[in-house]
Amino acid sequence: MPEVKILEEVCKGCGLCCDNVCPENILILTPDRINSNGYHPAMVTDMKKCTGCGYCFKICPEPAIEIYK
Amino acid sequence: MKMIFGRPLGLTETLQRYCPGCGHGIVHRIIGELLVKLDIRERTIGIAPVGCSVFADEYFNCDMIQPPHGRGPAIATGLKRTRPECIVFSYQGDGDLAAMGTAEIIHAAARSENITVIFINNAIFGMTGGQMAPTTLPGMKSTTSVKGRDIGKQGFPIKVCEMLASLDGPYYLERCAVDTPRNVIRTEKALKTAFANQISNKGFSMVEILSMCPTGWGQTPVQAKKWLGEVMAEYYPLGVFRDLSKEEK
Repeated sequence: MPEVKILEEVCKGCGLCCDNVCPENILILTPDRINSNGYHPAMVTDMKKCTGCGYCFKICPEPAIEIYK
Repeated sequence: MKMIFGRPLGLTETLQRYCPGCGHGIVHRIIGELLVKLDIRERTIGIAPVGCSVFADEYFNCDMIQPPHGRGPAIATGLKRTRPECIVFSYQGDGDLAAMGTAEIIHAAARSENITVIFINNAIFGMTGGQMAPTTLPGMKSTTSVKGRDIGKQGFPIKVCEMLASLDGPYYLERCAVDTPRNVIRTEKALKTAFANQISNKGFSMVEILSMCPTGWGQTPVQAKKWLGEVMAEYYPLGVFRDLSKEEK
């Protein structure tokens, strides 16, 4: 079962991973939480659907995404 | 649980000071992974450009040098000739490579120096505030072409890959983009080939990477990603422009 860990303090909330990148469409920007830099970090809505393809990691400029399997 | 994707050893823990949605970070991550995958991190010398990525020496976990504007290929030539056992890559933006460093890149390519050049093309001078660059598209707005680039006054953009492909020297030239995961994977392959060519002493390799500059373009990161795929990749077609390894077979 793959697990996506988003480093919220590293994420700059650009939203590249949230826009038609995830095949399962389970990534969004948190609407109600900000990190210490003032950005809304990305979050996974339904971890059970994740297949661990790594597309979100590939497009992440920071990289603020870690995937464990 | 084992980490299958994460920050590679080729990058330091320093947080990158790029704007949200900037393509530099994606290319940094690819290079950081390749330094580990090809087992060349200990003997690699990178060359940081002048531009947003001028602090690349803080981000890459290998030896780095920061030369004057545009002189990356010249410094790389000297490094590679004096230390042929080292792997030398020059990381340059479009202001650095296509404006100030045009002479250096053309002559390094013509001499077929055994170096790897990574050319980030975002069609604008990003660091200085979004001015028009030699690679700005016709009709594209920037802070010094507020009504759009007028080809009657400011001329046509330079297509660096096509220009260098007219020389006999280069061994490998490819243009990629980092707007979608598919293109990022292609970029990974292209950069791997470019480094592998240098390891096997083949000659000059350059990979041009079309990259987003949301701040300079005045767009959101997601709009910039779409604009790159729809408009910029139309003007600068992606593909391999020179690969002498295929001709050798």
